[in-house]
Amino acid sequence: MSELTHHNIKLPEGSIEKQTTTLNLGPTHPATHGVFQNIIEVDGERIVSAEQTVGYIHRAFEKIAERRPLYQITPLTDRLNYCSSPINNMGWHLTCEKLLKVKTPKRVDYLRVIIMELARIADHLICNSIVGVDTGALSVFFYVMEYRELIYEIYEEVCGSRLTTNIGRIGGFERNFSNTAFTKLEKFLDEYPKVLKEFEKLLTRNRIFMERTIGAGPIAAERALNYGFTGPNLRAAGVDYDVRVHSPYSSYEDFDFQIPVGKTGDCYDRFLVRNLEMWESLSIITQAYRKIQEFKGAEAEVYHADIPEYYLPEKKDVYTKMEALIYHFKIIMGETEIPAGEVYHSVEGGNGELGFYLISDGGRTPYRLHFRRPCFIYYQAYSEIAKGSMLSDAVITLSSLNLIAGEMDA
Amino acid sequence: MSLTNDLIKQRLTDKFGEQVSAFSESYGMLSFEAPKEINLKVMQFLYDDAELRFQFLTDLTAVHYPDQQGRELAVVYHLHNLVDNIRIRFKVFTGISQPDVFTATRLYESANWMERETFDFYGVNFVGHPNLKRILNVDEMDYFPMRKEYPLEDQTRRDKDDEMFGRGGSVW
Repeated sequence: MSELTHHNIKLPEGSIEKQTTTLNLGPTHPATHGVFQNIIEVDGERIVSAEQTVGYIHRAFEKIAERRPLYQITPLTDRLNYCSSPINNMGWHLTCEKLLKVKTPKRVDYLRVIIMELARIADHLICNSIVGVDTGALSVFFYVMEYRELIYEIYEEVCGSRLTTNIGRIGGFERNFSNTAFTKLEKFLDEYPKVLKEFEKLLTRNRIFMERTIGAGPIAAERALNYGFTGPNLRAAGVDYDVRVHSPYSSYEDFDFQIPVGKTGDCYDRFLVRNLEMWESLSIITQAYRKIQEFKGAEAEVYHADIPEYYLPEKKDVYTKMEALIYHFKIIMGETEIPAGEVYHSVEGGNGELGFYLISDGGRTPYRLHFRRPCFIYYQAYSEIAKGSMLSDAVITLSSLNLIAGEMDA
Repeated sequence: MSLTNDLIKQRLTDKFGEQVSAFSESYGMLSFEAPKEINLKVMQFLYDDAELRFQFLTDLTAVHYPDQQGRELAVVYHLHNLVDNIRIRFKVFTGISQPDVFTATRLYESANWMERETFDFYGVNFVGHPNLKRILNVDEMDYFPMRKEYPLEDQTRRDKDDEMFGRGGSVW
């Protein structure tokens, strides 16, 4: 055997001396849950260093956006964090509305809140069940998938698509929520708490799960802040920063909810924070739905702001009304001038503060658009988190940070 | 007393005098600029000052203005004071022929990748950065794609109203 090594196989220079093993996690590895690479240096099972490579699905959205009218940028935002596309869409609409100084009716705000919170549940549900998968509990993942389906059916009813939703318009929604949408929402609100309860029963106090996640991949609050963490990952470290509370948008100030925080910032705390956030989201949806039911008469029919220059008119109006036809044409052809201005707006995305930095020079397209992608910013901490931990812990850390390649690479 | 935009402006002008300039407020956010030589001094002051406490770097990016001679690239920092919950926008301009700007990585760990991204797309050379190389694009790329000299096809080009749509006239 040793002869074979010495005579037939040419080993790279210095490899005999090397004490550690280089291991490639990714770009397409089942453990990465996305297209990104980790070059890990392991000594036995202990990680000595980790180097991340991102950019495998970079699609130059910021560049493309510089040549697109506002409404055509919404589908680009879908593809950032595709586990919660509606939040990205709404974030973009809200940014445009801030630039255009549009005030949306309360009913629109509440409808948006419902959709955004559903998206948050879908996002957290995937993330947490994937943490389960990586610790060996595959069944919870299959179990909750059925209930994400209910959320996707609601999207479908509202906008026609499921994953990359392109939901809503600048100023509101493309159509009013149908009765079926509300029925499906009621069904979801009715069934989901039991499911979430069971989901928690399966994992939260599960001995194996706890042993695997407690103490795995921790980060202290101070380091997390310095690394630009936001969202559940920051809150798991004990910082109660939530964009919904700190800079309320879409009438979040009308709702009563709590920001769950963790303590150690490890995988278990991240899991708990996400679970508790799902409960809060459920409560927000219930409150919003109740508020929507209070609208009566003409008010109950409002689903968009009255801004004909920017809001794409309904198709039946386009066929029958002169103004609607003109605006439809102008908007579709991208001939609407955007007022000059510089605006930063952020929303609480599934992974944290999703920001849009939009500069308009008064032309028809943005002069510059930058996405602040929470995932991209906090992934750089991974090498520090993974260093010194076991390889199997590093894999759980990856999934519990909820790294979405689409959001990282923009 | 909670922190206001006026107070921040006051504190900055007290400390840096004429050097901090172009104060403006857009959509409620205070924006100002400083010469690129003192960008770290300004940020360190914003970080350390007991009242200001801008200790969270929300976003770091660049903008290209090809028409501004000598200050073609703007590096834009969005800073956040999480205690008083107030945000500011801080810009430094640099010429494109020698786009050297000091790195903020010593102050904010998060600046590391954001500066790499900015370098990748705009070619801003962050002096002192520990690992300034491309991040989203391929390493072999020899240009900075987000600069305005590389336009995409203009989907809203103005030459398309007219002849093609039967309105007469031609731009050629």
